[in-house]
Amino acid sequence: MIETLEIRDLHVEIEGKPILRGVNLQINRGETHALMGPNGSGKSTLGLVIMGHPNYEVTSGEILLNGENILEMEADERARAGIFYAFQRPIAIPGVKLADFLRHATTNVRNPDRKEGEDLIPMREFRAELKEKMGQLRMDTDFARRYVNDGFSGGEMKRAEILQLAMLQPKFAILDETDSGLDADAVRLASQSIAEIGGERMGLLIITHHDKLLEHNPPQYTHVIVGGRIVETGGPELAAELHTKGYERIRREHPEASEANDKNTEVEPAELAGA
Amino acid sequence: MALDISLEPEQDAIGEINKYNFRTESKAVFKARKGLDREIVAQISEMKDEPGWMRDFRLKSLEIFDSKPMPRWGGALDLNFQDIYYYLKPTNKQGRTWDDVPEEIKETFEKLGIPEAERKYLAGVKAQFESEVVYGSLKEDLVQKGVIFTDTDTAVREHSDLLRQYFGTVIPPSDNKFAALNSAVWSGGSFIYVPKGVKIEFPLQAYFRINEENMGQFERTLIIVDEGAQVHYVEGCTAPMYSSESLHSAVVEVIVKKNGRCRYTTIQNWANNIYNLVTKRAFAYRDAVMEWVDGNLGSQLTMKYPAVYMMEPGARGEILSIAFSGKGQHQDAGAKLVHAAPNTTGQIISKSISKNGGRSSYRGLAKVEKGAKNAKCNVVCDALILDPESRSDTYPYIEIAEQDVSIGHEASVSRIGEEQLFYLMSRGLSEAEASTMIVNGFIEPLVKELPMEYAVELNRLIQLQMEGSVG
Repeated sequence: MIETLEIRDLHVEIEGKPILRGVNLQINRGETHALMGPNGSGKSTLGLVIMGHPNYEVTSGEILLNGENILEMEADERARAGIFYAFQRPIAIPGVKLADFLRHATTNVRNPDRKEGEDLIPMREFRAELKEKMGQLRMDTDFARRYVNDGFSGGEMKRAEILQLAMLQPKFAILDETDSGLDADAVRLASQSIAEIGGERMGLLIITHHDKLLEHNPPQYTHVIVGGRIVETGGPELAAELHTKGYERIRREHPEASEANDKNTEVEPAELAGA
Repeated sequence: MALDISLEPEQDAIGEINKYNFRTESKAVFKARKGLDREIVAQISEMKDEPGWMRDFRLKSLEIFDSKPMPRWGGALDLNFQDIYYYLKPTNKQGRTWDDVPEEIKETFEKLGIPEAERKYLAGVKAQFESEVVYGSLKEDLVQKGVIFTDTDTAVREHSDLLRQYFGTVIPPSDNKFAALNSAVWSGGSFIYVPKGVKIEFPLQAYFRINEENMGQFERTLIIVDEGAQVHYVEGCTAPMYSSESLHSAVVEVIVKKNGRCRYTTIQNWANNIYNLVTKRAFAYRDAVMEWVDGNLGSQLTMKYPAVYMMEPGARGEILSIAFSGKGQHQDAGAKLVHAAPNTTGQIISKSISKNGGRSSYRGLAKVEKGAKNAKCNVVCDALILDPESRSDTYPYIEIAEQDVSIGHEASVSRIGEEQLFYLMSRGLSEAEASTMIVNGFIEPLVKELPMEYAVELNRLIQLQMEGSVG
């Protein structure tokens, strides 16, 4: 059976302001989808809502994982069910070592029924695996001893997100501008890394402005979101077009969505505060 | 290369019963009547067969106590001094082996893990039950080197000259009302002398247990670290939960001589109906280092501000303070640094956590006296508030009487971030696990200063507090 993540007519508000106005999207495990759109179009909101961020209110619609609605599930339950969201702006957790955090996270995700306080993955086993994954990502193992995202450079944060993705091996992953703040070489490395850690086995939703991140992860589908709705879906050539020519054609052809998007841009600060 | 990614202990099962909340059925060999007056104070002195000077010291202290008003700051003190037992002698003699200790008291300390810790990593132990030290040990090689580690009552008899030279000199009875109270009715506590140049590798530990309801425990500790010597002293404190309050009011005096070094670590986990009103102060002389590591997790109200007086040039004082206030708790904790000489260096790092309506206050003094040129003093206090019902306050006092000094003060208050919780939960951690992890991270800079065993214990206690199962 093919595993699916399906979004049906999803409407989402924050502080009473509509951000998503009926998003429909289906991702099968093993597929790569690119999601592109101008600022304020609701890209990050979609990612955060799939992950279960408490600040967003889903006013109607469904998110189905293998046919089961996950909207009532907390973020941790969704993670244990196999969903992953790579943050555009990862959050610092001072004093918590990346390795300790990852050991907890990996244990919980692999053993979704684990009760609090039950054993974690044996240290030896975990260390070996972490070391291997860090090697693959060309990361210095010392990095695991640093506090989660605390004082990380932009590039380090993004690589830490990819390391988490590698360890947790979700069924579906949303990568929210994992390329932003990185130079060209770093983006290429990130793109390559995502492929190497088994991205093709996951269902990927890659939110990006650039086509570089897609280099090693060519999307079967490109979706364009404007004003909280997916207005166009195409193949990899659509991503290339948007990257070179921008959103002018799309905006012209979808004036209503474009107008809604401009309104959304005004509420973007609130959205960012939530993101 | 070694991938040393975690020194964190395996976390224990959460929700285990609170191992501190049990009562021991123990028959006291002597229990003074309730209340406080000259007769009681004289009786305590007589029971201990003390010399006249100590009896006079006690009676004079009682007068000072009576003459002093209650503190008008800190927390709400709803104490009836006449409704407390001031002296309870649990056994007739102090054990040199655990087999000498009455069975039920021995079991108490076994439940608390003391004999096990002693076997594993301690250089010496004192265990105090109610008013008296019931067990004491010190490694033979340290005895040979002239180290003294005994209870303070024994020291009055056996090391009278040494004790009398320092007793009450760092904290005189007139210092504050509770120092006066302790001076009048003190019993038990540790007396430590580390001779010149002797460095004690493993910690000396004292464990204080209150068992009875309405009990007052007033231990008195005096530590003298001679020139170039070194010691780490650790104390732990617990009591069962009762419906009415008990009082713990200790006085701790520390003298660190030239080039000496003393670290004093407290992990206080009193039941949530104990008033914990303690005066702790150290004098540090030339190039000496005094460190207080002060963890306050238990009690209803704690008022405690460990102090370092830097008496001679080059002295250093460091105070690390951790307070965790849960439901119904008020931790009024902090620190004092007094720079009384040039080129002295002081640092206070305070971290407090408030949860379930608990209140944590940082109250601290940084003082530079006239002539203490080139003193450096740095104070950092961070507070973490876990929910809207909880509270945190900061009361920093700074007194500077010298121009040529460097003083830093930073304070931060943060609420546990929704974004931090979401981030951790999005990786599969439950909300409770995520909160505990954020709190542990918050105090990590202090915990990593502790020896492994105490770091494990502190992390465990914090986890219990986070579960709300303490007390």
